[in-house]
Amino acid sequence: MEKNTYYNPADLAKFGNVTEWQAEMGRKFFDYYGEVFKEGALTEREKSLIALAVAHAVQCPYCIDAYTSDSLQKGADEAQMMEAVHVAVAIKGGAALVHSVQMMNKAKELSM
Amino acid sequence: MEISANQRLSLTGRHHPLADTGYQLTVLNAAQTSGAAWPAFGSKLRETGLLPLRPTGISTLQLNVGKMCNQTCKHCHVDAGPDRTEIMTRETMALCLEALRQAPDMQVVDLTGGAPEMNPDFRWLVEQVSALGRQIIVRCNLTIIVANKKYHDLPEFFARHRVRVVSSLPHFSAARTDAQRGEGVFERSIRALKMLNAVGYGQEGSGLTLDLVYNPSGAFLPGSQAGLERDFKQRLRREHGVEFNSLLTITNLPISRFLDYLLESGNYAAYMDKLVQGYNPAAAANVMCRSTLSVGWDGQLYDCDFNQMLELPVEARAPRHIRDFNLARLQERSIVLNQHCYGCTAGAGSSCGGATV
Repeated sequence: MEKNTYYNPADLAKFGNVTEWQAEMGRKFFDYYGEVFKEGALTEREKSLIALAVAHAVQCPYCIDAYTSDSLQKGADEAQMMEAVHVAVAIKGGAALVHSVQMMNKAKELSM
Repeated sequence: MEISANQRLSLTGRHHPLADTGYQLTVLNAAQTSGAAWPAFGSKLRETGLLPLRPTGISTLQLNVGKMCNQTCKHCHVDAGPDRTEIMTRETMALCLEALRQAPDMQVVDLTGGAPEMNPDFRWLVEQVSALGRQIIVRCNLTIIVANKKYHDLPEFFARHRVRVVSSLPHFSAARTDAQRGEGVFERSIRALKMLNAVGYGQEGSGLTLDLVYNPSGAFLPGSQAGLERDFKQRLRREHGVEFNSLLTITNLPISRFLDYLLESGNYAAYMDKLVQGYNPAAAANVMCRSTLSVGWDGQLYDCDFNQMLELPVEARAPRHIRDFNLARLQERSIVLNQHCYGCTAGAGSSCGGATV
């Protein structure tokens, strides 16, 4: 059935198909992607929680689905996942709020 | 999560359609709603060059000594619970001991259930196997140790017979553990783990092995065994002062109560997709049924505990009861396969000993 929305959950599984129209760049992206999420200085679980937080910051429904599932699989629990989201919220909110210093500067400049 | 009185009964106790293993197999072999069936597990093995699947050498005798349990975990593949009464008799245990005498290569005796400790002849069996000098594994659900005064000395009893204790603890968070195993299970499990630690289990240099089993508490596969083990060790030590040896990750197979959960939660098709897409030829070569023989509470022989719960006995030309045990003929058998077998070959593989790759 045709989904009457911009996002279709079934499209997530077709992500790999982007290589059909640009094979080399697509392949390089997926190789890089795979490398990024391997255990390194950070554990796989930590990387998955970062991805989950970023997914909320960029408000990507595909990524939220994928990294909720992946975080659970990597052993994260609900508390860790919600704390990760709050980190994203704090930075997004903080990023907006810190600009109010500019607003204050400008207001002071224009005011007697 | 609230557990209703009805959920504390087994599928059998609730007269649920999935209590019928024939119905479970019908579900597992039905086409997907989208129309495309998952390939038969046997055809995957053929591609890998493993069909017919044969034992590599039977080194473990796994005895399911009964379906009685003090818990009713949501994912239980045995459909065990307090309302199940099937139990292995001492006569059947004696036949198992005779088989062990005949086959010195079966060095490991793996005792499972239900809660194996609830079988009235459990301690007698452990003493007899111990006298034969075989390594004993007890799949202990932990809470049984604190369930009743008569079980409080189990840690000492296990230590006396150098039993390797393998215990389920699906998560280091109480909420995720209790969601799968029942309200208050995490707290009681921690108390039992401390009792095991107190007699030396999991402590360096004691020679007493305490392994934990991680089962995902939901419709997803286990993550990396090494990574989860590190997280579990750190959290259990820091928050509860608990020590253990290794963490074994086990994939939930889509049968019995886990199948019920998958169907009820609408996760069945996506979970089967994960298992089938995750098929790993290296894991397929290492499946535990190639080195294990499983004995049911009534002495029937199976290729593994999962086949036992689906009532799929060893093939007809092999001895099918422990009284007819014949190692040579059992070594020549073809292992019986079905769609649930995808659970043991997905990702890093899964067995009663954890990941296989």
